[in-house]
Amino acid sequence: MTENGSHSASELLAVMSSRVLEDGQTVFAGVGIPLLAATLAQRIHAPGLTILFEGGVLGPFIVPGELPPSTNEQRCTRQANMVLSNTDVLLLLQRGYVDIGFMGGAQIDRYGNLNSSFIGDAEDPKIRLPGTGGGNDIASLTRMIVSMIHEKRRFVEDVDFVTSTGYWHGGSSRSDSGLTTGGPYKVITDLAVLGFDEETRRMKVEALHDGVEPEQVQDATGFELMFDDEIGRTDAPTVEELAVLREMDPDRVYIA
Amino acid sequence: MIKPYGDLRRETEARDRSLREKVMSLEEAAALVDDGDHVALGGCTLSRTPMAMVWALIRARKKDLVVSRSITSTEGDLFYGSGASKHVLTSWFSQGIVWGVSKVMRHYTETGQATFEEWSHMAIGVRYRAGAMGVPFIPVRSMMGSDLTGRIDGPKEMDCPFTGEKLLLVPALNPDVALIHVQRCDPYGNAQMDGLPFMDADIAMAANRVILTAERIVSNNQIRRAPDRTKIPFITVDAVVEAPYGCAPHECYGVYEPFLPNLDAYAAQISRDPEAGVKEYLERYVYEPKDWVAYLDLLGMDNVIDAARRGRSVYND
Repeated sequence: MTENGSHSASELLAVMSSRVLEDGQTVFAGVGIPLLAATLAQRIHAPGLTILFEGGVLGPFIVPGELPPSTNEQRCTRQANMVLSNTDVLLLLQRGYVDIGFMGGAQIDRYGNLNSSFIGDAEDPKIRLPGTGGGNDIASLTRMIVSMIHEKRRFVEDVDFVTSTGYWHGGSSRSDSGLTTGGPYKVITDLAVLGFDEETRRMKVEALHDGVEPEQVQDATGFELMFDDEIGRTDAPTVEELAVLREMDPDRVYIA
Repeated sequence: MIKPYGDLRRETEARDRSLREKVMSLEEAAALVDDGDHVALGGCTLSRTPMAMVWALIRARKKDLVVSRSITSTEGDLFYGSGASKHVLTSWFSQGIVWGVSKVMRHYTETGQATFEEWSHMAIGVRYRAGAMGVPFIPVRSMMGSDLTGRIDGPKEMDCPFTGEKLLLVPALNPDVALIHVQRCDPYGNAQMDGLPFMDADIAMAANRVILTAERIVSNNQIRRAPDRTKIPFITVDAVVEAPYGCAPHECYGVYEPFLPNLDAYAAQISRDPEAGVKEYLERYVYEPKDWVAYLDLLGMDNVIDAARRGRSVYND
C-alpha cells in the first residue's frame, strides 16, 4: 500500500526505476515505463537528467498527456536540444556518452540475457516477437536497467534466444565475447530490485518492495536466485511520485 | 551480398546525374522498380514512411522485393500480405508498441511464408553508412555474444589489426532503390527534411536509384536560399513525385501526426484473421481507389484534419 492508497504494478515499476537514475546522467530510454521513469526522475530528483531516444533525439522534455507512440515520432522531439539520425544517436552508445540504457523485455535469464525475438525454437517459433530494435545495441554498449513484471514465464533459467547479450554464460564470458564495456546493472520488477553477483554474474535480490517476502520473489522466478546478505527494503511510492506519473499518462496507456 | 566496388562505381557512372527535372507520377516512378530489387525505405516506424510509393508498388503488382528499413511498421504487413515482398530486413517489426506484436508479421513468419531478417538497429544504420561511404564493411562493438549473428548471413568477427580487440564487421548495404518521403524538394531532387532525419541521407547515398516523394515541390531558387537545409543532393535522385499526405496513415513531421483512428481500425481489422484481414484492407485501401487522393478520401476528411492539426502543433508555442 502507498501513502495514498493504491498503485498499479506498472506504476510501482516506473517509480522504483526512476529512483535508480541519478542527476546528471545521460539515459537511453524506450517508450513506456522507461520513458515515464526517466521523466519522473527529472521531475523529482534529477532535473539535469538527459534523455536520448533511439529515433534520434537528444534531451527532450515530454509534454504531459502527449506520450509518444514510439521513440520515433515528432512528439519525442519536444523541447529537445538536438535531433540526429538513428545511426548517430546509437553510435553515442558506442562512443561512451551514455550512462544508462533503459529497456523492457519479454524474457530474461539468470545472467541478464534478454529475449525479444522468439518464444520457442527460433527455427519454428511459437511466437515471433517484434525483435531487438536498439535493444541489442543498448545491452552491448552501456550499463542496462531492465524493467519488467516479475513472472515465472518471464524469468527463466535460459532465454529461448539471446536477442540482447547480458552476462552471457556468466563469469567473464561477456567480455570474452568482445563486449568489453557495460552489462546488466539492475533489474527492477514489481516485487524487488535485483542486481548481479560480481563473480558469477548471476542475478541476485538486493531489495524487496513493501510487503514482499523473499519466498515470493523466488516463487515468481524460474531459476534459483541469489540473495544479498542484507536485503534492503524499498520505500513505497509517494503521493508526489504517483501524481507526476498520472499527470504524464492521464489516459493510463502505460501505467494501467 | 556486398556489391563489388567496380559494379557500384560503373552503375553510378551510368546514371544521368545532370541538373534536370525529374518530376513524374507515382505510377511512372513505380516503373523504375524491378521485381526482385532490394528496396530501402526511409523514415522509421510511423514516421516519414514513403507510404504513397509503397502503395504504388503494391498496385503495380511488384514481386519478390527485398525490403529494408530501420524499423518496420504496417507497411511491412502490406508488403507481406500483397506478396510484393516475402523478405523484410529490419531491427523491429510491428505496428507500434501501443498495438502490441503485429499479427500479420507473426502469421507470415510463423507459417514460413515470409522472412524477417533481424539485425540490431545500429548495425542496420552502419550497413547503410558503409554503403554510402563506398566501403565493403564497418566494424562495430555491438551484437557479439547474441544469437542474432547466427541467424543472419553477413557479420564476421575479426581481431583488430591495431589493438587486437574483438570486433564485428557488418557488410555494406547498397540498395537497388531507395524510397524516401520528405517535406519538400525541388524538381531536380534537392530534398529538405524537417525534424527527425532517421537514416535517409545514408540510404540515398548508398542506393543505386532514389525515388523521392514530397509533400510539396518547391522551386530550385527556394532551395538555393537555404542550401544548409538540403540533406539529399539532386545528384543521387532519379525521380521526384509530389504526394501530399504521402505518409498517411503514418506521420510527416510538422505536417501531420499518425492517423490514430485509422491505425486503430487497421489493428482491429487484422486481429481476427490476419491474412484475410490484411487482404481485405489491401483490396479496399490499395487496389480499389482510383488514385492517391481517392485513398485519402477513404481515410476520411475528419481524420486528415485531425492528423494535420496535431502535426502542425509542433510549431505552436
